[in-house]
Amino acid sequence: MVLELSIVILGPDPRISSSTLRAKSTITGAATDARARSEHGGGRVRLAMKRAVRDAGLSALIALGLFVPLIGLVTENGDHGLVLRGRPIAVVAVVILVFVGRLLMLIRGSRRAPPKAAEASPAMRRAGSAVAPVLLLIALLLPFGGSRYYIDLATLVLTYIMLGWGLNVVVGLAGLLDLGYVAFYAVGAYSYALLAVNFGLGFWSCLPLAGILAAFWGVLLGFPVLRLRGDYLAIVTLAFGEIIRVVLINWVSLTHGPNGITGIPRPTLFGLAFSMDGGEGTFAGFFNVEPETIQRVIFLYYVILGLALITNWFTLRLRRTPLGRAWEALREDETACRSLGINVTNTKLTAFAIGAMFGGFAGAFFATRQAFISPESFTFIESATVLAIVVLGGLGSQLGVALAAIVMVGGLELLRSLLSWLADQMGSELFAGIANELPLYRMLVFGLALVVVMVLRPRGMVSTRSPTVLLTRSEGRA
Amino acid sequence: MLSVTGLTMRFGGLKAVDDLSFEARVGDITAVIGPNGAGKTTVFNCITGFYRPTEGDIALTHAEGARFALGRMPGHRIASRAKVARTFQNVRLFAGMTLLENLLVAQHNVLIRASGFTLLAVLGLGRYRAAEGRGLDKARHWLDRIGLIDRANDLAGALPYGAQRRLEIARAMCIDPVLLCLDEPAAGLNPRETEALNALLRTIRADGCSLLLIEHDMGVVMRISDHIVVLDHGKKIADGTPAEVRADPAVIAAYLGEGDEDEDAV
Repeated sequence: MVLELSIVILGPDPRISSSTLRAKSTITGAATDARARSEHGGGRVRLAMKRAVRDAGLSALIALGLFVPLIGLVTENGDHGLVLRGRPIAVVAVVILVFVGRLLMLIRGSRRAPPKAAEASPAMRRAGSAVAPVLLLIALLLPFGGSRYYIDLATLVLTYIMLGWGLNVVVGLAGLLDLGYVAFYAVGAYSYALLAVNFGLGFWSCLPLAGILAAFWGVLLGFPVLRLRGDYLAIVTLAFGEIIRVVLINWVSLTHGPNGITGIPRPTLFGLAFSMDGGEGTFAGFFNVEPETIQRVIFLYYVILGLALITNWFTLRLRRTPLGRAWEALREDETACRSLGINVTNTKLTAFAIGAMFGGFAGAFFATRQAFISPESFTFIESATVLAIVVLGGLGSQLGVALAAIVMVGGLELLRSLLSWLADQMGSELFAGIANELPLYRMLVFGLALVVVMVLRPRGMVSTRSPTVLLTRSEGRA
Repeated sequence: MLSVTGLTMRFGGLKAVDDLSFEARVGDITAVIGPNGAGKTTVFNCITGFYRPTEGDIALTHAEGARFALGRMPGHRIASRAKVARTFQNVRLFAGMTLLENLLVAQHNVLIRASGFTLLAVLGLGRYRAAEGRGLDKARHWLDRIGLIDRANDLAGALPYGAQRRLEIARAMCIDPVLLCLDEPAAGLNPRETEALNALLRTIRADGCSLLLIEHDMGVVMRISDHIVVLDHGKKIADGTPAEVRADPAVIAAYLGEGDEDEDAV
């Protein structure tokens, strides 16, 4: 995460760092354009070219600095341990790519008017409204067509979608920047794991408990910190996320520390277990089929799909209640909310608690799917990923979050399998190499995706907000 | 009904308001005027709970006898219990929400109680639907009154400035206040909009809501106020009807400098 943030900050053109800066640079850009126009035509073009080349050179320099350690150096197993090998050609290729790309971008940009705020055309709108049902249909039918690999991947994506939707309540609706969301995910996971292992409780009875405990921790954290605003809140939540992880590592007598908790029971289908013996009281035994692992995988997939859909339904309903409207109003203007008699602290706390509750549900599911959890699964990078999904998707947009999760979590995996398939088909070493190394560049691709989306659509992939209530024409006249 | 006694507000070494006492009577339009930096907005912020007064009492008595010590109540209670609404010097709307949503947010406390603290509303049960219907009716009524009913589903931030001012007043009225505090409602309005504002304020008073306003536009103040309090350097220098205040030498001195006798300029 630090890496892509640094890319955003270091970019030579302030346009990519934030929309306010963008406005400023457009103004100064316009001023320079006006000055340039008053000069002779030829001189103007030369001046613009010179500026573009200088800018592109700077970009190339930054790329050089970044990619020498990232791409230029590879460790390999040599005779006496690891050997460092250089890859100068790869670095040069990437730097040239950045230079040319930046140059083209600037030249194209200078010819075009600055892009207007993304307005969805009617055709796009119509296409957009079809996306959600199509996605839902694919999600429902996936286990019938997909292999185990894809079902596993989709389960992972759905876990992130659920986390994204949960965090969307806090960040997207209530506008509270929470960098420690993973803490509630961890609370949910450990709640279930500990209750199940120590007291022998099942998944379905623990699921609400995990949600309630996570919500409880949300309130406990929220109470002292919600008087903070903006950046300060972000820092405190970040610290809280780390505290939970450190406690999980060090409270060995309860959590087994870094060794984690093993043997977490799997969920059952109305009491039918998915065990391999196929005996009485198991899924296979009851339905008289051969016991197979895939049955459990598919069941887990439908469990998370159901949980995610409940989260979505609940959030969409919440948005249309007075509480949901108060959250959005709080995001818009806290002072005005207070002047209207809204208890700001309580309203923020409910947002925190409900967001945390969904995180807790997702955590309990994570624990039961993995059957093993350790503090390693709840690092800051998880918070950052979920937050990136919410921001990329578009704050407050349910569909945007789902799309962003598919792209960010599933996209890279799909790209990798596509590349290795291509490599197999064509016998190409290059594709095979890229496919093998692709996971290493995960963070780089994340950063790139963030930058691209922030440049093209600063408010996220889906940035339209639909009103929670409409006054119809006839009502208006009455 | 609103009585301020001995109100003092200190910011470090600065005394923004110094031992101020005045009363605003039921059904009156009371104006607080004074040169820039006289402490008008500070008084407002004390009354509406945004500042806690250093000293002094602010007491509000409802028509049915309930008494509220505004200086010692949490900010949000002043709006929800004591029914004091306010607008802001620089308009504070929920710009990314529609006009209708703005007016529904203002009815938050009524609606959230009816929604069974959200649970009933999420499940679509019971009396929430009826309550929401009443909320929509009230919003519609106010949109009609401020002439923005046709733009009910537009974003509040997209309105022209004058309309935003009117919407902010309508939003404040949606909490059913007994006292409406307006911080420079006519700032930035053209003469026609100012006239419409005066008419709106008069109808609000006619409905039984008392008004307290800070205003720089003397035309507005003199035409609609029943009672004027003049502040200078945090102290009250005059208090009375528009005619009395207009003739007061201390007021003229404060506005125009010592020794100047030109009354018409006030």
